[in-house]
Amino acid sequence: MFNKKLLTAAAVSAALASSASFAGTLDSVKERGSLQCGVSSGVPGYSVPDDKGTWTGLDVDVCRAIAAAVLGDASKVKYIPLTAKERFTALSSGEIDVLSRTTTWTLTRDSQLGINFAGVNYYDGQGFLVKKDLGVSSVKELDGATICIQSGTTTELNTADYFNANGLAHTPVTFDTNDQAATAFDTGRCDAFTTDLSQAFALRSRMGDPNSVVALPEVISKEPLGPSVKQADDQWFNMVKWSLNAMINAEELGITSENVDDLKANSKNPSIQRLLGGSEGLSKGLGVDDDWAYRIVKQVGNYGESFDRNLGAGSALGIDRGINALWNQGGFLYAPPIR
Amino acid sequence: MPTDLSRSAPPGEKTRFWNDPAKRALLFQVLLIGAILLFAGSLISNTLNNLEQRGITTGFDFLSQKAGFGIPLTLIEYNEASTYGTTFWVGLLNTLLVSVLGIIAATFLGFVMGVARLSDNWLIAKLSSVYIEIFRNIPLLLQIFFWYFAVLRTLPSPRQSIEFMSSFLNIRGLSMPAPVPESGFNLVIGAFVIGIVLTFVTSRWAHKRQDQTGQIFPMFWAGLGLIIGLPLVVFMLAGMPMHLDYPVLKGFNFRGGMTLIPELVALWLALTIYTAAFIAETVRAGILAVPKGQLEAAFALGLPKVRTLRLIVIPQAMRVIIPPLTSQYLNLAKNSSLAAAVAYPDLVAVFAGTTLNQTGQAVEIMSMTMAVYLTMSILTSVFMNWYNKRMSLIER
Repeated sequence: MFNKKLLTAAAVSAALASSASFAGTLDSVKERGSLQCGVSSGVPGYSVPDDKGTWTGLDVDVCRAIAAAVLGDASKVKYIPLTAKERFTALSSGEIDVLSRTTTWTLTRDSQLGINFAGVNYYDGQGFLVKKDLGVSSVKELDGATICIQSGTTTELNTADYFNANGLAHTPVTFDTNDQAATAFDTGRCDAFTTDLSQAFALRSRMGDPNSVVALPEVISKEPLGPSVKQADDQWFNMVKWSLNAMINAEELGITSENVDDLKANSKNPSIQRLLGGSEGLSKGLGVDDDWAYRIVKQVGNYGESFDRNLGAGSALGIDRGINALWNQGGFLYAPPIR
Repeated sequence: MPTDLSRSAPPGEKTRFWNDPAKRALLFQVLLIGAILLFAGSLISNTLNNLEQRGITTGFDFLSQKAGFGIPLTLIEYNEASTYGTTFWVGLLNTLLVSVLGIIAATFLGFVMGVARLSDNWLIAKLSSVYIEIFRNIPLLLQIFFWYFAVLRTLPSPRQSIEFMSSFLNIRGLSMPAPVPESGFNLVIGAFVIGIVLTFVTSRWAHKRQDQTGQIFPMFWAGLGLIIGLPLVVFMLAGMPMHLDYPVLKGFNFRGGMTLIPELVALWLALTIYTAAFIAETVRAGILAVPKGQLEAAFALGLPKVRTLRLIVIPQAMRVIIPPLTSQYLNLAKNSSLAAAVAYPDLVAVFAGTTLNQTGQAVEIMSMTMAVYLTMSILTSVFMNWYNKRMSLIER
């Protein structure tokens, strides 16, 4: 009897002591047949489930692009909603394969949390919302104001830094979720509500009287948002990086989900041919077949389509492309070439 | 010395140690402890290995780094230039503040409601039953949200504050004049301490006198006079060594004075009302556990109702009440960690929330936070067990 116990104990401790040997994430995703993607618990335009449980959004499209490239089917994604607090632990512990959740790329996060940022899919900045009747036209006039913030974001630190740098006093009121912070601001608990501008408009649309709320002109921070992966798995890192790059390059080359088949068959442009799998062996190093980018554009669309569908004119939010336009159209988006 | 000869070993042959139950039991204990230690050790080394492998920084160095974020309610000196270590203390004190306030209020309300439910008055008994059944059966988080937004929605903006006695009530909280002690205030504090000591001494004397002569001394009033009256008299004599710092509306909010923030009020209300419902049931059970004969004997002696309750019923009921009451206190302290939902800056919201996010030191911060709750629970338990021992029936 006791022998059995001892053996079990020994086996358990042995299993724990042996550090798990890592199979590459790419292989384990292929084996599993689905991609585990960490998203937010609901930010309109970025990752939000509808009443049928289908997820849509700019961040969700990154996950779908990766699934299309690796598994051949954009729908083979398991979405795991995470709070701001859980996200990095979920990623570095391997609970999710990729984190695509309005996450700002910063030095601390990149160098101390065991994760790598695979690029930027939205250039954001932090702004302030106030009620019109407060009669304020600049953040500089908010000396002594009470400010509603979501905890666990770069927003918190930026606010403190900005107010300190400008010699202004402020009282932060920190909530667990952005929704709660927005509701509290709406009831009048705070003079101002601060968050990344992209989310501010979505949250404003849910307030009691959206027209009484205005955004102040200052954008006080750089918030490059992008997908991230666990460190020390370069093959997977490349896969995620290039899935995003393929979407941006496709827009630059004018390839859309509508004309992709036509261009693949008839286009004489070598860049387009390379992206759509016309040149043999180009994607050997990625560990996927040559049609990977073709599948991304076919099933998900290019970056512009995704933006338009989720944030731009084709969505309820109607956010202007602004600095998120392509580099040759006055924006920041510039992906390395596929060649 | 074995007496049963048939089972003792023949002479010259020693018992194999695995056939000796005492030694065998010892062996199992040693093996079990060894296995547990091995398990814990491998768990820790495995975690450290994995953290290192994934390039995650470990250690407690972050505690001395500058935090750089503000906190709306701090009981100790704190500003953006303070360290992450200070955020730990700020959060801990805020957790203790709401827990202690909640425990005091919930005990009071719970006792009142528990006794009320057993009242002869039909209306009071029913009202108390309804209160208990409603609040015991609604999840606490919903109650916290309810109180927070119910409290918030009814309050005016700072510019339309309700003013009374130079305090201002508005959606940002209750701004009150803050007392600022001047030199000579130490005399008042001294008088307060002396008052407490004197009350203790007097109560001993009153007990003795009652035992000897049967006369009852009005201890409550005497105590009140000593603890509150004496410092007041000293305060007057010392020439009122204190001035008030009045809150003034400047810009958006009130500056100066002290502010009771709505988050604290909402959390305190919710924790109190929720836990009091459970305490009320505990109290009711305790009172019902007192044999009926005790009551009848008290009435036969002609003791009035209030004194019967205070001297006969409650002391005996306490023996039944204290153990479950302890666990209610622990629940209240642990439930206070829901504070983050309504932006009350407690330990979980500040330290395991904001600080964790800024530094990413999840393992260290979570261990510290868990250690705090564990310590709080152990201390509460130890105190309540000591109190329970004091209250328990002394059999002679």
